Amino acid sequence: MNYGSINNNGFKTVNQNHKIIHPLWLRLGHWINLVALVIMVLSGWRIYNASPIFAFRFPDMATLGGWLGGALLWHFAAMWLVLCNGLMYLLLNIATGRFRKQFFPLRLRELLRDFAAALKGRLTHDTLTEYNAVQKLAYLFVIADIILLVLSGLVVWKPVQFPLLRELMGDYDNARMIHFLAMAALLAFVAIHVAMVALVPRTLIMMIRGR
Amino acid sequence: MKKPEFDKSILIQEALKELPSPARRLFMKRGVTLGGLSLLSGCTVTDEASAERMLMKISRLNDDFQAWLFDPNKLAPTYPESMITRPFPFNAYYERDKIPEIDSDDYLLEVSGLVADKHSWSLDELYRLPQTGQVTRHICVEGWSAIGKWGGVTFATFLKRIGADLSAKYVGFKCADDYYTSIDMQTALHVQTLLTFSYDGKILPPEYGYPMKLRMPTKLGFKNPKHIVAMFVTNTYPGGYWEDKGYNWFSGV
Repeated sequence: MNYGSINNNGFKTVNQNHKIIHPLWLRLGHWINLVALVIMVLSGWRIYNASPIFAFRFPDMATLGGWLGGALLWHFAAMWLVLCNGLMYLLLNIATGRFRKQFFPLRLRELLRDFAAALKGRLTHDTLTEYNAVQKLAYLFVIADIILLVLSGLVVWKPVQFPLLRELMGDYDNARMIHFLAMAALLAFVAIHVAMVALVPRTLIMMIRGR
Repeated sequence: MKKPEFDKSILIQEALKELPSPARRLFMKRGVTLGGLSLLSGCTVTDEASAERMLMKISRLNDDFQAWLFDPNKLAPTYPESMITRPFPFNAYYERDKIPEIDSDDYLLEVSGLVADKHSWSLDELYRLPQTGQVTRHICVEGWSAIGKWGGVTFATFLKRIGADLSAKYVGFKCADDYYTSIDMQTALHVQTLLTFSYDGKILPPEYGYPMKLRMPTKLGFKNPKHIVAMFVTNTYPGGYWEDKGYNWFSGV
């Protein structure tokens, strides 16, 4: 297999119109995740505004919930969606072997090569069916980041009930900071992710139709 | 550092070659729909009342979940006195000039509901109960936290002293500042739940809830009533000042 290589000859190597690349469970999970995370981030901004960590607030117009109480209701409702959907994603990924197939092996040499190519704007997909090394890293990163969001969120919500996690996060105030920074990292991923989709719009169609 | 050059045109050209036009139109359409999703942020949910009802229903389920998760044997962390936040913040639903003034001579704590002994308690009587103390973290629903030192009687001791029905669901509180709230019996009986009369070694000052504050390091700050004048044990959900406005009732930490 020759995936993730630098190739300027286009990607008509595989007839992509007849092969399902993203299974239905993955596509459903992706869009549910989008809705859930949009609710989490926008209500989270409103909660942040009630007692900002840094010297700025998010514009109230850009937040969800109307007031702190409303934002908390949204946040603690959508968290179940994030949790259940995320667990389902991880479970099905592992059970179907997709996780290992799509993300591994992730080799440092390929990563450096693909990263250099990406910076030069010359990174292309041989096929859309397989991820290049930068993509693998980016997706693994966001999976880990969302897990960190959930775990730090658990400590902010229940520092007394999760003593081990609380110690790992360095007590309540620190967990709050981690929760915020993990949100910022998620937004950084989303910015790049959406820019890449805009550059290769076919990937959006694929995430809707599956091929 | 050298600025990386990003040649988008190569990718775009390649992508456009590959993308048939109906798909391109579909992409535009989806783009608009995705944009529409962001309208959610203006909180103009089409049917606001039903969304609110749904959210409140989930909040009630979250109460049940938290009650299930609550471990009576898990203790909130305690801190050395050197970590006490100074000055400890004043926080209420009103400004400092509205802090109630309570005359200790006239003060009586009313006790009612599912209790055997309904006599009202004077401050002297309350001060004579076995006293203990703790340095714990107060966590506000707004997100900030502060470490403080409170002293008073273990609330479980007081509940047993008044012959409360310990199998009842709720303990409710009424305060001199018209605040009111209620807690679950499990939390009421937690070993760190104290009916406190002192702060940092001194009689509880008015801004922290003179003459008494129920201090629970296992609950968010707003669940800790100050200036308590009456309490009752009941099986009927009593709600609370903020809880009735939409804050989660259990609000355990």
